Amino acid sequence: MSVTAQNPAAAGAHAPSPVLPVEPEAGTRRLNTAKALQEAIGSQMEANPEVFVMGEDVGAYGGIFSSTTGLLDRFGPQRVIDTPISETAFIGLGIGAAVEGMRPIVELMFVDFFGVCMDQIYNHMAKIHYESGGNVRVPMVLMTATGGGYSDGAQHSQSLWGTFAHLPGMKVVVPSTPYDAKGLMTAAIQSDDPVVYMFHKGVMGLPWMAKNKRSIGAVPEQDYIVPIGKARVAREGTDVSIVTLSLSVHHSLDVAEKLEGEGISVEVLDLRSVVPLDREAIVATAAKTGRVIVVDEDYQSFGLSGEIAATLAENAASRGAAFSRVCVPDVPIPYARDLEYAVLPTPARIEAAVRAAVAG
Amino acid sequence: MTIQHAAAPTGLAAAERVELLRTMILIRAFEEAILRDYHADKKPAWDIGAGLIPGEMHLSAGQEPVAAGICAHLTANDAVTATHRPHHLAIAHGMDLNRLAAEIYGRETGLGRGRGGHMHLFDPDTHFSCSGIIAEGYPPALGQAFAFQRRGTDRVAVAVTGEGAANQGGFHESLNLAALWKLPVVFVVEDNDWGISVPRKASTSVASNADRAAGYGMPGVRVEGNDVEAIHAAAGEAVARARSGQGPTLLEVHTLRLWGHFEGDAQGYRPELAEVPEHDPIPAYIKALTDDGALDASAVDGYRAEAVQKVEDALAFAKSSPTPKPEEALRYVFVEGA
Repeated sequence: MSVTAQNPAAAGAHAPSPVLPVEPEAGTRRLNTAKALQEAIGSQMEANPEVFVMGEDVGAYGGIFSSTTGLLDRFGPQRVIDTPISETAFIGLGIGAAVEGMRPIVELMFVDFFGVCMDQIYNHMAKIHYESGGNVRVPMVLMTATGGGYSDGAQHSQSLWGTFAHLPGMKVVVPSTPYDAKGLMTAAIQSDDPVVYMFHKGVMGLPWMAKNKRSIGAVPEQDYIVPIGKARVAREGTDVSIVTLSLSVHHSLDVAEKLEGEGISVEVLDLRSVVPLDREAIVATAAKTGRVIVVDEDYQSFGLSGEIAATLAENAASRGAAFSRVCVPDVPIPYARDLEYAVLPTPARIEAAVRAAVAG
Repeated sequence: MTIQHAAAPTGLAAAERVELLRTMILIRAFEEAILRDYHADKKPAWDIGAGLIPGEMHLSAGQEPVAAGICAHLTANDAVTATHRPHHLAIAHGMDLNRLAAEIYGRETGLGRGRGGHMHLFDPDTHFSCSGIIAEGYPPALGQAFAFQRRGTDRVAVAVTGEGAANQGGFHESLNLAALWKLPVVFVVEDNDWGISVPRKASTSVASNADRAAGYGMPGVRVEGNDVEAIHAAAGEAVARARSGQGPTLLEVHTLRLWGHFEGDAQGYRPELAEVPEHDPIPAYIKALTDDGALDASAVDGYRAEAVQKVEDALAFAKSSPTPKPEEALRYVFVEGA
């Protein structure tokens, strides 16, 4: 088992983590998010033989959303491992390998599928470190695709990060850009905690899906870390703050650019991590603009947007800031395109919320 | 201690047979002491959360032969994943009694610094873990076996469930995957006839879970009689098979739940309850060893006294250990300093 101070001899399986730069300059090389993700995994696999990738269709297929393309050719089937469609077994396998000091990256295609193996995730992966009083670590990355927008229906389009954030013991990261995708994946692999790494299909820059221009961006060739738990001001503004994450960052920036011409100055905060949540950054942007809109592709009630509202209410610096939210209104994601886009946090809904905020 | 040198019919030397007995006696001594302290301060109004040992308590009396017979083949480098009823396996696998007891008493010196409790024991020293969710200890055992296999060792993982868990998805997924990848796992089903209050016949479509092994392309063995030496023999083959890279085995043992599902369970659902003590495997084994001349009956009291002393020392350690500080309840959710 992977352990801390009480049994240092058994901790030898951990390779020391090289010290990597934190958020270096982006440079000029441009990649889509999927390639940035593949690059982080490949580089960490080269650096540490204990890192391996496992999941459904991660091998020859390269991941249904291209998260592992090319890795099988580089590392072979001993380290890029296709599994049976037995999520409880292979996620639990990842947990057991992690407690023995390996560093598994386990992909479960869609977050919607986590229900079939939820026990392994929230009762085991997330709790072993606590139940062991800190004596056993589970350095595992659980990677999955989230989000809707392409008529895949109610069981293939959810975001659900709030669900995992609600259950203690796992870090939850949700990149929006190629730069962050690489840096957060590198941080996740090197983390001694279990990390749920959620990428929205719409940020990957996939050729078979409508692409936002921001799904391709500058990514350094070197390895680096984007710290887990640190939000990023994606755009400075003074009139209203949009606090958001994932594909909604792209939409929010598009809206902010459009409204700039009308003299409306929008600040966009990209949370990047749901656990830990950068509450200081949320309070700071609220204190700056006095108006907060949370844009969240997860369900509205009992989730991230409510948590952000509570954070604002509990903190003197941001108390009294105007607040509204643009979320999925507590309905399963519909199939028909017109219905789906009626409930997703589209640029049109975000724009309307900004106009209402500055008018109020 | 007096040990005769006659070999047992199973091929075990007298000393090995006595060692199996002593393991069982130690486990029983431990659980009798826990039973005593668990109930001691819950009266007059029985309150599950009160007392020196709060919470649910699942004791394994009657199932000692499974733990002793299997763990005799293991070293601390091998992994064991157990169920919500874990003490017999933990002790037979060599867990430190002090830290086990301290965890049960909810003390800072316990395996989990009082964060886990008796259903959630994690011991890096013996690669032991358990789960309060049925069948869900099987998948992590796959991962430990995977790590052992990838590192080119001959270490094995033993995954234990009850017979009720053999109807869970995690059980079947794990058997398939372990057989597919020839993982060094021994799957063990402790069939004590009862899934809490539901008899096996009302929950399981086959007479023997060992038959299910055929569906996954692995050997299946059922051991009747709660006989530690028969279990030892079957486990020996299964462990050797796993160590030599031939993959998993499913081993079902028909054992006995001597006491309730949990302490406080009056077992009104159990028609054979009056006869249960007659089937206690420990007196039966003492008699068998004595009849064979492998054991001098007068030595048993000494083994018991020695076991009780070890247990009382562990309990004294636990009870004299500090309780965790309330202000530290939030520690260990994540790795500190990471």
